[in-house]
Amino acid sequence: MTIQTTRRNLLRGIAATGTALFIGYNTNNFLSHTIANAAENTDLDYLNPFVKITTDGTVTVILKHFEMGQGTTTGLTTLVAEELGAEWNKVEIEFAPADHAKYKNLAFGAQGTGGSTAIANSYIQYRTAGAAARAVLIEAAAAKWSLKPQDISIENGMITAREKSAHFGELIEAAAKLPLPEKPVLKTPDQFKLIGKTKISRKDNIGKTDGTAMFAMDVKVPNMVYAVILRSPRFGGTLESFESNKAKKIKGFIDAKPMPSKDGIAIYATSTWAAISARKVIEAKWNYSKAENRSTKEIAEKHIETLKKAPALQARKENDFDKTNKAIDKAAKKIEAEFLLPYLAHAPMEPLNCVIEPHENGSITLHDGCQFPGIVHPTIAKILDLKPDQVEIKTYYAGGSFGRRANAKSDYATEAALAYKILGDKKAIKLIWTREDDLAGGYYRPMAAHSVKIGLSDKGEISGWNHHIVSQSIVKGTPFEKALVKDGVDHTSIEGIADAEYEIPAFSVGLTDWVSPVPVLWWRSVGHSHSAYVKEVSMDLAAKAAGKDPVKFRLDYLKSDNKDQKRLAGVIKLAADKANWKKPLPKGWSRGIAAHKSFGSYVAEVVEISSNEGDIKIERVVCAVDCGVAVNPDIINAQMEGGIGFGLGAIMRNQITLDDGIVEQANFPDYEPLRINDIGKIEVHITPSTEAPTGIGEPGVPPAGPALANAIMALKGKPLLKLPLSENGVDFA
Amino acid sequence: MLVTLNINGEDKKVDVAKDTPLLWVIRDELNLTGTKFGCGVAACGACTVHVNGKSVRSCQTNIQDVEKAKITTIEGLNSKVSKAVQIAWRELNVVQCGYCQSGQIMSAVGLLSEKENPTDQEIDTAMQGNACRCATYQRIRAAIHLAASKLEA
Repeated sequence: MTIQTTRRNLLRGIAATGTALFIGYNTNNFLSHTIANAAENTDLDYLNPFVKITTDGTVTVILKHFEMGQGTTTGLTTLVAEELGAEWNKVEIEFAPADHAKYKNLAFGAQGTGGSTAIANSYIQYRTAGAAARAVLIEAAAAKWSLKPQDISIENGMITAREKSAHFGELIEAAAKLPLPEKPVLKTPDQFKLIGKTKISRKDNIGKTDGTAMFAMDVKVPNMVYAVILRSPRFGGTLESFESNKAKKIKGFIDAKPMPSKDGIAIYATSTWAAISARKVIEAKWNYSKAENRSTKEIAEKHIETLKKAPALQARKENDFDKTNKAIDKAAKKIEAEFLLPYLAHAPMEPLNCVIEPHENGSITLHDGCQFPGIVHPTIAKILDLKPDQVEIKTYYAGGSFGRRANAKSDYATEAALAYKILGDKKAIKLIWTREDDLAGGYYRPMAAHSVKIGLSDKGEISGWNHHIVSQSIVKGTPFEKALVKDGVDHTSIEGIADAEYEIPAFSVGLTDWVSPVPVLWWRSVGHSHSAYVKEVSMDLAAKAAGKDPVKFRLDYLKSDNKDQKRLAGVIKLAADKANWKKPLPKGWSRGIAAHKSFGSYVAEVVEISSNEGDIKIERVVCAVDCGVAVNPDIINAQMEGGIGFGLGAIMRNQITLDDGIVEQANFPDYEPLRINDIGKIEVHITPSTEAPTGIGEPGVPPAGPALANAIMALKGKPLLKLPLSENGVDFA
Repeated sequence: MLVTLNINGEDKKVDVAKDTPLLWVIRDELNLTGTKFGCGVAACGACTVHVNGKSVRSCQTNIQDVEKAKITTIEGLNSKVSKAVQIAWRELNVVQCGYCQSGQIMSAVGLLSEKENPTDQEIDTAMQGNACRCATYQRIRAAIHLAASKLEA
């Protein structure tokens, strides 16, 4: 095998630092390995390495998924370290470069992180790479010591047999010369030492507590200029003219140029503060003829108006509106409700930003907390007229995303590339969004209106459920359309309700797309962020009308002979049990439950509240989750805790509203995030399972809001159909 | 204008526009990037530093007001309290995305430097200006208690 010295290493100027054993998959997708210069890292042309072992015995796991807090740096590392028998504290991490073919997400065929798929799609792949490394190291030791492989064991980074022992690094040369097993034997769950272990230290623990963890916002390269964009105040507005004379008086201001996309002005300066200051004094004129000029009130009314018409699209194959309507018409009791959920911003703590750094040979490096390299990479190459191998993406920790960085349009990287290009494509630039840009910048969770009609028999059983959703499509017109739109129906608009687990005799779901220049995007849990609210609040309304207990009522629609339904029932029972569902609460207290399956995982949550002179306080949340094998239980707990907080904060008081098309929320005081004093204790209980692992980053979000609303409804009686709850006359302590 | 700031025990001279907030001097001029920009309006706490031992939001701190002060950023933490806080944070796996955590830790160190054993309510009051979009609050509360118990022992 020949090792090519690649461009990227030359770029990085990394000197040879000894050799390393690389293990991964070759271009034919067979397990492959080689020994090479350790600095070759991930640039071996024929191999996509997942594991690198250097002569000092250090194991580096190469991560095809980025870290936005969800725990991939720990999770993927666990999978390799488990099978390899590595010592946890001697395992290091490295983010993979942008390489579509090598590092694709097996769940969607392109390189990227999203849809709570990181562990699910890597579970076998990363374990197999680790197991292959283990097997070949054992073979190498057996040959060296003239022993049989079965006499040799690997644990905590040491290879031992009788009185002999060696660390990994001592055997990599020999291991590289031996063939890899075609199908390495993976451990059985009873052999796991790291997978399922309650507490292992997060890989990003140190850097994120001493200030050394690098986010793209922290990148500074030589001669870098800082850029901000002055965007159209209304979505879809175009620039007519601007005046930047006043900005010339700002120390550090360099220039202001109209963006070729005509939707903004790029403002350049020698510091972030100078760029922000200059933007404040630049005056622009905009053309709003194609813009969204309406106010939220009007947009909301139009959503509701559309709800009352027949749906344009059928969201379930089994839809039979005649049958459903007949069943509801004949019902002893009817429940009718119209729900309205607002636009929501993701507001990750690290505002969007990235750095473009040019190199002397004409290539560039994009420094980014890059969530979708598979989309960003070709987009940037195209804008800058570069070949794919002239664009390197260096991935950093991302300060949250919640979906915002996973943008099919690569919006902020595109802006950076355009701003870099019009400045003459020679100067490094850092593009920064401020919090104001973030909240007013679009790509929101779309507004969603739902109408629900439920018929109940005289025994209080659901006889029919007719559902209509009006919401803007997230994926139409994007590269995701092909995979996610079927028969005109954007799956992300109807997921969580059209495929609901409850066994409902006559059940129809319709969809009508809303169309607007307001850009919309997936927001942590995507369609489930609204469908779960409507479904689970409706279940409580139905239970109340039927005079039944909400837990019992839900369980009545989940059969034990259906695996899917049984797993949802399992978490409902577990959450109810751990929350002492049947135990009476003090006066002024109440509980609510909600359960939902998303991203393959089943979650039920019970929210316990108290009311003090009408002000609601969230006292406790009990959560039960079934996500298959729990790879890192503590990270699952953390994602549930975080998902619950994210869901509750939004539902309590967050909304993006427009006044004649202009976003009314300027900064955090107008889009108040959940605070430490808003929430009491969260308890998470994980269902033991040997099923393949499923999503964990998002599934904690959907049940949180409806569980809170159901608790408030249990206390106050009034249905809560309009979000946020603060719009419904609910005050929080 | 030229200003001299004492940051993490060292005098640093910078030449910046006089209205530059302390945050941007720390980040862009002195390259101490552990202190984060989150909102610019003192509403999220990501930019928290200590000025003479007290937690302040550096995005709303005028540099002329702190010329004679001792400024400490996350990189300059070395007190017994701060070590206890950082260790507690790691033991409880508090961080998720981590972007707000420098600010959380600065506020927590500020709190424990004044109050040895704060109650949940005192923690909530001291920490409510530090937003965490990952909602790591429950672990922050637990880590502050853990740090307090480490310091007591």
